[in-house]
Amino acid sequence: MVTWSEVVLTALGLGALFAALMTVVLSLTWLERKLLARIQRRAGPSVVGPHGLLQPVADAIKLLTKEDVRPADAPRFLFWFAPVMVVLPSYMLWVIIPFGDGLLVRAMELGLIYLIALSVLEVVGLLLAGWGSASKYSLLGGFRAAAQLVSYEIPIIIVIIAVAVFVQSLDLRDVVGGHATTIAGRTMSYAGQGGVPLALVMPLGLVVLFIAGLAELGRTPFDIHHAESEVVGGPFVEYSGAHWAVFYLAEYMNTFFIATLTVLLFFGGWSWPSPASVLGDSAPPLAVNALGAAWLMAKVYAVAGVIFWFRGTYPRLRIDQLMAFGWQVLIPLSFANLILVATVLYYGWPTWTLPLISVPLLAVVARVAFRRYADPRKMKTVRMFTRSTRADGETVLAPQAGES
Amino acid sequence: MPEGYDARWIAVVLAAGVGLLAVLGLFAANLFLAPRRSSPDKAVAYESGIRPGPINRSQVNIRYYVFGLLFLIFDVEAVFLFPWTVVFLRSAPAVFYEMLIFIGILLFGLAYAWRKGALRWR
Repeated sequence: MVTWSEVVLTALGLGALFAALMTVVLSLTWLERKLLARIQRRAGPSVVGPHGLLQPVADAIKLLTKEDVRPADAPRFLFWFAPVMVVLPSYMLWVIIPFGDGLLVRAMELGLIYLIALSVLEVVGLLLAGWGSASKYSLLGGFRAAAQLVSYEIPIIIVIIAVAVFVQSLDLRDVVGGHATTIAGRTMSYAGQGGVPLALVMPLGLVVLFIAGLAELGRTPFDIHHAESEVVGGPFVEYSGAHWAVFYLAEYMNTFFIATLTVLLFFGGWSWPSPASVLGDSAPPLAVNALGAAWLMAKVYAVAGVIFWFRGTYPRLRIDQLMAFGWQVLIPLSFANLILVATVLYYGWPTWTLPLISVPLLAVVARVAFRRYADPRKMKTVRMFTRSTRADGETVLAPQAGES
Repeated sequence: MPEGYDARWIAVVLAAGVGLLAVLGLFAANLFLAPRRSSPDKAVAYESGIRPGPINRSQVNIRYYVFGLLFLIFDVEAVFLFPWTVVFLRSAPAVFYEMLIFIGILLFGLAYAWRKGALRWR
């Protein structure tokens, strides 16, 4: 049974986790602004603190001292509950995320199911925010968020299932640390057991997870649900002060989560390159754990940096391109990956056949998808206005019939 | 009850509680720190600087339902796939092929929806 002291300790640990996540979120906002600024040849935040390091703190204080405004038509409870509904699941995910060998709040054998079950809940919060704001832009953004998040959830789920098939476990610790799986007389070899990280074994899965993860976060190039030039701020239009801050807390927590998930599933988490073999056998366990956690954090911030780099580089997709890409490219690809992994394991083919088949497949699909969705030679101009000349010689533009 | 079951779920419930407390703490801080000067103009929903018309929340385009339905199908499939992942190598060959057939039927459904134009955003 669970004793009260255990309960108190767990609660304290969870509080520390929340504080740590807030710090990480602050650091991520600084990193994003600095990276974006460098990409756009600006200086970025540089006034508050050395290199603008205290800028996020200043921003947080500013947000806490801003007035909280609620539109007159918005139902009070829904409007104020929506941010909680968005941030709670993204915080509860972290209960089972391991930062090192044994460095986690609580381990779960069915951890991967828990992750998926909670990460889908964010949609509900965004929909509530969109509906409860009593604003047309919010409503539109809320529905867009629902359609987009729901569509890109499927490739993520299927990739996670493919990883679970390869590792033969639904426990995140096993995915990273490895457990001695011997199937049909063969021992699996991946990062945790001195092998290669899963990124090399399952490149198809990595690509699908990363792209779908970007869309799940609603980050550029997939940020149509709060695209400023289309729906202003999407579900967040009417929010200000602490409620707005909580939405953004959730967004950056999710960014950190997707980066962490990518690293844990595909880059060997804390166990690759193995800290024990780097430090030697005589190293104290504390040093080994610390080095492992440092590996993990370094890799997570690198992946987060790539996510911000994407934001600085790619233009936003249109909503029809976005939905078509998700359903017609990513979902079939994720299923191809799952079937491939299961078949290779079932027939006991050597592991290197996986990248051998999936890399050419990925190249072919990328080529076809580019030809279909993004080839500049196939782009056609959609005429929004018709041009006509009035009797007095003035040129006038009228909206094209049938366009809305 | 499996061992450690209660400890695990107590941690999850505690996480919900701690998260809720932290967020409510932020809201409370906002309540005390922020000025409150309400005016009718502030309570108007945003609409590009003009007076917003009445909002009709009941009009939702049908395409959202189509994608919602498709998502439901694949999400339920994922629930079936999860237990299969860890047992199919240790079970009879039928378990493996059955799931391939199951996935095949669903992919056929996806292809049908594609062909029918349900995946096109109109």
